[in-house]
Amino acid sequence: MKIDNNDLTWIMVSTALVMLMTPGLALFYGGMVRRKNVLGTIMQSFIALGVITLQWVLWGYSLSFGPDCGHIIGNLSWAGLAGVGLTPNPDYAATIPHQAFMIFQMMFAIITPALITGAVAERFKFKTYIVFLLLWSTFVYAPITHWVWGVGGWLRSLGTLDFAGGFVVHISSGLSALAAAIVIGNRKSHGHEHMPPHNLTMTLTGAALLWFGWFGFNAGSALTSGTLALTAFINTQCSAAAATLSWVFMEWYKRSKPTVLGAASGAIAGLAGITPAAGFVTPLAAIFIGLCLGVLCYWGVSLKNHFGFDDSLDVVGVHGVGSSFGAIAIGLFATTTVNAAGGNGLFYGSYSLLGIQLFSVGVTIVFSFVMTWLILKGLQKTMGLRIEPQEEEEGLDLSQHGENGYIF
Amino acid sequence: MKKIEAIVRPHSVDDIREALQEAGFRGMTLQEVKGFGRQKGHTEVYRGAEYQVDFLPKVKLEVVVPDGRVEEAVSIIIRCTKTGKVGDGKIFILPVEEAIRVRTEETGDEAL
Repeated sequence: MKIDNNDLTWIMVSTALVMLMTPGLALFYGGMVRRKNVLGTIMQSFIALGVITLQWVLWGYSLSFGPDCGHIIGNLSWAGLAGVGLTPNPDYAATIPHQAFMIFQMMFAIITPALITGAVAERFKFKTYIVFLLLWSTFVYAPITHWVWGVGGWLRSLGTLDFAGGFVVHISSGLSALAAAIVIGNRKSHGHEHMPPHNLTMTLTGAALLWFGWFGFNAGSALTSGTLALTAFINTQCSAAAATLSWVFMEWYKRSKPTVLGAASGAIAGLAGITPAAGFVTPLAAIFIGLCLGVLCYWGVSLKNHFGFDDSLDVVGVHGVGSSFGAIAIGLFATTTVNAAGGNGLFYGSYSLLGIQLFSVGVTIVFSFVMTWLILKGLQKTMGLRIEPQEEEEGLDLSQHGENGYIF
Repeated sequence: MKKIEAIVRPHSVDDIREALQEAGFRGMTLQEVKGFGRQKGHTEVYRGAEYQVDFLPKVKLEVVVPDGRVEEAVSIIIRCTKTGKVGDGKIFILPVEEAIRVRTEETGDEAL
């Protein structure tokens, strides 16, 4: 099999772009917490670059994409990258080295658990968090990835479409975030103290890096440098733009002021929502999906107030709600004129895809929620999830890391 | 000697410093503070969550002046910061027992 150097170049660039999203996420979240927690929050994302890189090489990649075990999980025969070489693996990407596919996928595995930290911001014990990262990646991320993308995975065999990780990354982290926020409990000050974001300029910087990196995330997921990558690139931009506008106009109408945090939130909702659909729909459909996402996720972030859980930085409302909608929207807007390997949605004459997408969203929601619940309950009984009340008062930065974010 | 503690609108601080310096007052201390008086706060909204902000940012400046120049200093401060609207601030005047310049150990008005 011949390696196409154009494809390889694009995948390497995309890999680097997706890598940048994790520090981008760190800034996005870091700006939204109180100043005493800025470093602790940034660290939760940044440390994932260290932990998950090793986990992925040693066993994570093999469990996710390795030879199938009962349609549920990969086996360990690719552990330590055994057999993952410089020649292509045509099951995943026929024109780039297998190792290029592996490292591209690694960046997805890194950012996904980091997304969850927004739901448990300002109270997660760092020591336990490291263990949680490893357990979650192994027992939640790897199975879902195998089901949706792995050869032999049961959802893939069913015909589920997920272009760039709507199920694997955003629904899984969004619903795990819900379980995490419920198990760990609300912040001490939740509901009776003002906890406004301490630095929204930092949040905007993070959102900009995320948007930039998302071109690698979605257009890179074409796994070639050709026209499909371009389609995904354009759809990514269209949806992000539409959702930015619809969120801002929504709150302008409801609350009388268009906020900057609203613009950033809308952008992320549009990006997370178009992720599963980026390579299956037309730009006009992407704009429509984006417009819906801004409105839907604006409503999504108010869910926590109705139910009383402290999803501090709105992972459920943005990633869970947004990407579930995007995944279902494939069942409406997908067309084989955009991507022959995709399918036709309801508006292009096929009913079955919508059913498959709805079913797969349901499965991913239930599995992510239940598994994360079990992992966290186990950790709660053994290591403890929360920092002590006085440490919470003091902040993550001093209590967990012995540092201050700002010395002036 | 008297200490003038003036809580004023943050943006008027530079005008006050300049005017006091021109009039021959040779030092002041200031702090960024938050507080409330007759002026109402405002509402901030983050992702739909509303926060009522009751404590507003002000600057508190402290100047110690000789007894004979208190009125002059006070009128300079008022001239620089008064807008006639709620939120212009307050001025307190306190007696000062002694002042000592550390470098020369001068005391009293000489030390100001």
